[in-house]
Amino acid sequence: MTTTPTELKYAASHEWLAADGTVGITDFAQEQLGDVVYVELPEVGRVVEAGETIAVVESVKTASDIYAPASGTIVAVNDALSGTPELVNSAPYEGGWLFKLDVTGEGDLMDAAAYEAANN
Amino acid sequence: MNQSPTEPLKRTPLHAAHLRAGARMVPFGGWDMPVQYAGVKAEHDAVRNAAGVFDVSHMGEFRVQGAGALAFLQHVTTNDVSKLKPGRAQYNWLPGVSGGLVDDIYIYMVAPDEYLTVVNASNIAKDWAHLQQHAGEFDVTLTDESDRWALLAVQGPQTESLLQPHTGTDLSAKKKNAFFPAKLFGFDVMLARTGYTGEDGFEVFTDASEAETVWDKLLAIGLTPAGLGARDTLRLEAGFPLYGHEFSDTIHPLSSTYSWVVKDKTHVGHEHIRMAPTQTLIGLKLERVPVREGYPVKVGGEVVGHVTSGTSSPTFGHPIAMALVNAEHAGADIFDVEVRGKDHPATRVALPFYKR
Repeated sequence: MTTTPTELKYAASHEWLAADGTVGITDFAQEQLGDVVYVELPEVGRVVEAGETIAVVESVKTASDIYAPASGTIVAVNDALSGTPELVNSAPYEGGWLFKLDVTGEGDLMDAAAYEAANN
Repeated sequence: MNQSPTEPLKRTPLHAAHLRAGARMVPFGGWDMPVQYAGVKAEHDAVRNAAGVFDVSHMGEFRVQGAGALAFLQHVTTNDVSKLKPGRAQYNWLPGVSGGLVDDIYIYMVAPDEYLTVVNASNIAKDWAHLQQHAGEFDVTLTDESDRWALLAVQGPQTESLLQPHTGTDLSAKKKNAFFPAKLFGFDVMLARTGYTGEDGFEVFTDASEAETVWDKLLAIGLTPAGLGARDTLRLEAGFPLYGHEFSDTIHPLSSTYSWVVKDKTHVGHEHIRMAPTQTLIGLKLERVPVREGYPVKVGGEVVGHVTSGTSSPTFGHPIAMALVNAEHAGADIFDVEVRGKDHPATRVALPFYKR
């Protein structure tokens, strides 16, 4: 069973957004992807629109686009992922976070129950 | 894949066993196949270091029988089938009439005038039509036995020691490309010392109705179930070309490093296959960024080819790829591969990447 923390919001494209603007991919998504071997992160300072392609998570098999769950400015990226991309698999809601946004507007997001219902 | 979305996916006799083993299933060449169970890396490592088992029942089996069987096979393939003896297997190509390959195949000699061929799953219908078309002038009977057989590939350095207690056949006496009837767990099977992972191993031809029991017994003696994901990383490390990627109807087969598959004989399309290829298949190593099929390969900013298969190598811990590049650039040592609009340096390395 994958976990879906109730304090986060979720995009249909499997990103999560925390109240402080931190973004990652869900436990469900990392399990679907399999072993993550490379993460391409956006540049700090980039201004993005909700729904824009903003990062790429590569597993052994495929490259998957990551979409911004909210509009805003990138204020931090998770540098730990350059050396240990597998954090996305082992700790998708903690050490495997991707980037932080200074949020100006949220996209179309779900709560944990709706996200779980959509992916069962 | 050219699969109509409304056409139901075919299932191998092991479909239920895969679900029981926790497989993630994906459409592959018209089949609902396991891409992974525990994870690609774990399955890959199990095959490199111990032993794993793959369900390759989606592949096709055609029996070729009759006084004209050898002459027919000589006509439709590039390798010299006359070198085969009963109980031996041979890698071979089915050339097209105007260049390229219809498929790459394995031919197993059962007896004089009787051969079993194994073809790629996505090419079964195309191969069957091609062989039927060329069979007319030969005294030969073709039988599509694809539904009769389940095919399990047991691969890895511990394969022989794990299987030996469960068969009366002395496996150590059976060298690479041996093909023989045997008892395995009490079932009548055909075993072939062949495979597609770069490791030692056996392919087990078992009656479709008995496949699930044989599969369960293989898992019970310690074999790790392995899916299409690991099969692809293993074959790529071993530098094995894959139909639809490094081979096709339009890629000159001699672009690969497999010129030994073409022997001095007359066969379908022989005049085309002997023309020098304009592209060469090379191996590339990258530092960090995985590269995928179709990505442009450059020298000095100029596109000179494209990636045909790429992955992050579980064995080496860095990305590897095969690429078709213009023959005049194949001698370069440093290339760039364009990934999402940005060039990343790649070093040419000899194929195969991994050799046991």
